[in-house]
Amino acid sequence: MNSKCNLQNSSNNINTLTDHLFRHESGKMVSVLTKIFGTENLETAEDVVQQTFIDSMQVWKLKGIPDNPSAWLFRVAKNKAIDHIRRHKHAVQYDFNDNERALLTSEYTLTTTMEHLWKEEAIQDDQLRMMFACCHPDISAENQITLVLKTLCGFSTSEIAKAFLTSEDTVSKRLYRTREFFRLQKIKLEIPSDQDLIKRTGSVLNSIYLLFNEGYNSTNSEDLIRRDLIDEAILLCKLLTENKNTQLPEAFALMALMCFHSSRIASRLTPEGEIILLSRQDRSKWNHNLIAEANEYMNKAAFGEKISSYHIEAAIAFEHCIADNFDTTNWERILELYDWLCKSSHSEIAEINRAVVILKLQGASAAMTALHNLKDKNKVEDYYLYQSLLGEIYCEKNNKAKAKTHFEKAMRLTKSIKEKKLLSEKIKTLFY
Amino acid sequence: MAEYLLLFRGGDAETARQSPEKWQAHMQKWTQWMGDLKAQGKLIGAQPLVTTGKVISGTKKVVTDGPYMEGKEMVGGYLACKADSYEEAVAIANNCPILEHDGIVEVREINELKM
Repeated sequence: MNSKCNLQNSSNNINTLTDHLFRHESGKMVSVLTKIFGTENLETAEDVVQQTFIDSMQVWKLKGIPDNPSAWLFRVAKNKAIDHIRRHKHAVQYDFNDNERALLTSEYTLTTTMEHLWKEEAIQDDQLRMMFACCHPDISAENQITLVLKTLCGFSTSEIAKAFLTSEDTVSKRLYRTREFFRLQKIKLEIPSDQDLIKRTGSVLNSIYLLFNEGYNSTNSEDLIRRDLIDEAILLCKLLTENKNTQLPEAFALMALMCFHSSRIASRLTPEGEIILLSRQDRSKWNHNLIAEANEYMNKAAFGEKISSYHIEAAIAFEHCIADNFDTTNWERILELYDWLCKSSHSEIAEINRAVVILKLQGASAAMTALHNLKDKNKVEDYYLYQSLLGEIYCEKNNKAKAKTHFEKAMRLTKSIKEKKLLSEKIKTLFY
Repeated sequence: MAEYLLLFRGGDAETARQSPEKWQAHMQKWTQWMGDLKAQGKLIGAQPLVTTGKVISGTKKVVTDGPYMEGKEMVGGYLACKADSYEEAVAIANNCPILEHDGIVEVREINELKM
């Protein structure tokens, strides 16, 4: 009885451990294996990783967990790659013409070359190269993130589907399309050269930022904050800032922005997971270590001539973080920054956020004028924050009926249960 | 540019006796040597061979185990490469790590059979 119980425990331990390791190590393994087999054979790389983890579950249950589980996984994946090459080196889908890969086809050089390809110090660069491949400009933004989550962050199809409230079928289709793109285009794994770097890094940063936003303010899930997505976004961005070829000012700025936002996470929700508005947040709960870290990234972002939208957004987040309370926040400065952001980014979301600040500073009519000046109103009509802001504005104007209409519209537009709840509270207070 | 076949004989028993570390360092030399050839676009292919084999001979196609030679004479592997001349092919063979273990490299040019 007792031993059975122990066995049960250890098998649970192994499952938890492999889940954890899969999240943290599979991305590295896929990156190295893709370097070996080529992006056109991404599926082979993923299969090898999958098989390695299946083996680990079976072997560890029998023999116990090894001292260094990560090293065990890497060694097994390496051996599987060797086996795969021995059996399939003449298959047409593999191109072993490339200098280093050519040495994988001779028994004289196979194992030595394989050892070299798995060298630890090369793995970070492999992940970076993989990231640039996943964010290839010919791949749509949503397919980019889907692939990043799948290959680099070790998310399962169902986890991705849950994170973006879409069906597993849709996620599978997206992944299939991107793999096909890789298969046909044979995208090289590389860190882009100088002239392409800024543009290509732009799409990588965009993908990371979308990932972070989905984690910080989940539009699609039951939980408002998804720590796992936030952590992955920060980890990926860190890779960029740690490599001397990719540490552009905008990468540091995005890091700063994400750290400023993350520092406020603990105060954003009640213990029951309900949203607490910024004005009511307990600022003593803000993480001052993270704010300090963000400031450091801000300093590092302050070189070069270009000011990216991440710089401005980080500066806005900075203003919030240094304010003692909601009312003493330097709203004038924040409005200036939003003016700047709107001019440089042409983003409707920035315009709406700017209108929120105008509402706070100059009142309902000025905010209404700002929204009226939006160029593409059709585009924002279906955006819940736009409708909810209109609700706030009418509320301020004491037009309860119109406020209610817009809050209700907003409720229909957001998929987030917590946001819906917050909006329904607002409607209730209208008629107190 | 002509093609050459380098046949390796002997040298293996020596390496097999060494420690795993020495063996690894030795194979690293093969990787360096072949990697350089590949980078110059001269490597065609190379493989080591196991020591047992079969020999088929004559019109009767008699199959026997073989080739049963002294370790030193047995072909233990090959490398095919491109080179401009015998001179260059020999220069390539000169750097073959098997020579460090007293092995033998035989350099032969691939014959173009004229009709």
